[in-house]
Amino acid sequence: MKIHEYQGKQIFREYGMPTPRGFPAMSVDEAVDVAKKLGGKVWVVKAQIHAGGRGKGGGVKVAKSIDEVRQHASRILGMQLKTHQTGPEGQKVRRLLIEEGADIKKETYAGMVVDRGTQKVVLMASSEGGMDIEEVAAKTPEKIRKVFIDPAQGLSDTDADEIALGIGIPQSALAEGRAMFKALYKCFDATDASLAEINPLVLTGDNRVIALDAKLNFDDNALFRHPEEVAMRDLDEEDPLEIEASKYDLNYISLDGNIACMVNGAGLAMATMDTIKLFGGSPANFLDVGGGATAEKVTAAFKIMLSNKKVKAILVNIFGGIMKCDTIATGIVAAAREVKLSVPLVVRMKGTNEDLGKKILKDSGLPIISADNMGDAGKKVVAAVKGKKTKPKPKPKAKPKKRARKAPKKRAKKAKKKKRK
Amino acid sequence: MSILIDKNTRVMTQGITGKTGQFHTQMSRAYANGKACYVAGVNPKKAGEDFEGIPIYGTVADAKKATGANVSVIYVPPPFAAAAIEEAVDADLDLVICITEGIPVRDMVRTKHRMRGRRTLLVGPNCPGVITPDELKIGIMPGHIHKRGPVGVVSRSGTLTYEAVGQLTELGLGQSSCVGIGGDPVNGLKHIDVLRMFNDDPKTEAVIMVGEIGGSDEENAARWVKDHMKKPVVGFIAGVTAPPGKRMGHAGAIISGGKGTAQEKLAVMEECGIKTTRNPAEMGRTLKSVLR
Repeated sequence: MKIHEYQGKQIFREYGMPTPRGFPAMSVDEAVDVAKKLGGKVWVVKAQIHAGGRGKGGGVKVAKSIDEVRQHASRILGMQLKTHQTGPEGQKVRRLLIEEGADIKKETYAGMVVDRGTQKVVLMASSEGGMDIEEVAAKTPEKIRKVFIDPAQGLSDTDADEIALGIGIPQSALAEGRAMFKALYKCFDATDASLAEINPLVLTGDNRVIALDAKLNFDDNALFRHPEEVAMRDLDEEDPLEIEASKYDLNYISLDGNIACMVNGAGLAMATMDTIKLFGGSPANFLDVGGGATAEKVTAAFKIMLSNKKVKAILVNIFGGIMKCDTIATGIVAAAREVKLSVPLVVRMKGTNEDLGKKILKDSGLPIISADNMGDAGKKVVAAVKGKKTKPKPKPKAKPKKRARKAPKKRAKKAKKKKRK
Repeated sequence: MSILIDKNTRVMTQGITGKTGQFHTQMSRAYANGKACYVAGVNPKKAGEDFEGIPIYGTVADAKKATGANVSVIYVPPPFAAAAIEEAVDADLDLVICITEGIPVRDMVRTKHRMRGRRTLLVGPNCPGVITPDELKIGIMPGHIHKRGPVGVVSRSGTLTYEAVGQLTELGLGQSSCVGIGGDPVNGLKHIDVLRMFNDDPKTEAVIMVGEIGGSDEENAARWVKDHMKKPVVGFIAGVTAPPGKRMGHAGAIISGGKGTAQEKLAVMEECGIKTTRNPAEMGRTLKSVLR
């Protein structure tokens, strides 16, 4: 789950990490009030969206007077902010952060994630602040310092100092750098973060080390023990279809194509998308219907898939395994009837009572195209799209919102046990 | 032969009294030698009771002592599952198979740290389990699609593994063992560990390795295959069409920082002599094509 920068900074402060003084604002007037309350001569007006690259997209502006605060706030609030993480439509700015200006002497970078190789938390830091860390990693990997943290010991003073000195924090500010890194780990650990990033982490003119930015993502699996984090969720930043899907415990992700697919199991769902692509089509979504593909869940899944206006056909791929194909078939027929399906539907089912399942589909009188295997299903669904381009589509129920390559975003997912497949 | 489990394995179910634990213990017990292999259940509040004749003990250590069980399977809910793994490790079992999906990553980081230097192996979490066809099934996979034979299967996914197994069985190719290592970023055995075991197993003649986006386990395994594997390996990677930065169902299936793409994995696998297919419907036939 992602949160906004101002929320991340609130959490940082709770862990004793210095940040510029600032407050969120939801309107231009509020932005002006905040600036007056902060006082000083320089303010920064920052768009709050769940995507990086805001500065380059024009979402971060320095103001040297209250009038400028008002100007910037009114320009940024409500704009469609486009960054490399939002996709071409951009993301609407609904919240601002107004901060006091900082006297920056040096910009560095600090980040923390769980390293899959060592299966430990890694602190990464670089003297190249303000830049995309992936770019630094690709071009000048020697500038990135790393330390893998022992979960039993936490981040040691020695390691913290080494990182601080390694990225150019001077001896005179070493204690502050050490405190910052140690607090960052404490925060990462206590909040069950999956990513913590300070870019830039700055050294000020008076040798203070402060977090000028804050990016915190939380582990969805741990949200059950962090109601305070769930309360920070901003649904405006999430895809409405993905939110709708999460209500039914469906794992749905919007994509760019026009062939919707519904599959049981995440790996098989990805493989199904790949099959559509392999035969010349383009998947409209990822949808893992999970273990218990009940009529209710399948109906919800169909509605969600079809509220994407671009969808020209649906591919259902279920490896029944323990779950019976006749049960699944009944669910599919009920769902197709309820949504008054008007795009071609290709179904591939495998598992217990396969023949019975196929018979139910056939006897339903619905124009369901049956496929014998994944390859066959891929071919048939792509052919169906090419042959029936002008087929009318049902009226979407939920408001569709296309979002292409968007920043990573996670749902508050209910902790759950593995169900029968 | 087989890897990890066979008909002589003795299994305890941690979380035997929950709905999932009950259902899958019944299903697993009904498969091949399950009746003899499933000897104990664990539930701290129900010690002394039984589940359909399987005695329930308060702790893993008690269950091991009383029944000689050397392997455990975990269906405990996510908030308590990491502690359940640690209990099994502390009792020095040979193997723990954790089916539970949704364990916080922080819990797994700590559990893995505590497992260092211990002898217990871990499969999962967030996995379908392990099966040695016609001998023993530990987990949630459908037993009937499997067939005994020479092909080793290792995969990060559930239903995609069944897909691979189903194709093999339809082609008349049985399996020595099938191992679902799970879809979480911090887990137990990796592809490389399972490939090592298949390499040493005299009854395994070829291996099918099914991977997905995220991390670099497949690449590491491929490099090991190039230098050490004596048997042919074929592979499929799911997620060629997955967008970056999105968690595709599995907690570990995410392309982050441009790393962990399917294309990258497939390229390394091919460089290392692993025959790959882009078509998941061709996994079985690809394996058949390399059998000696």
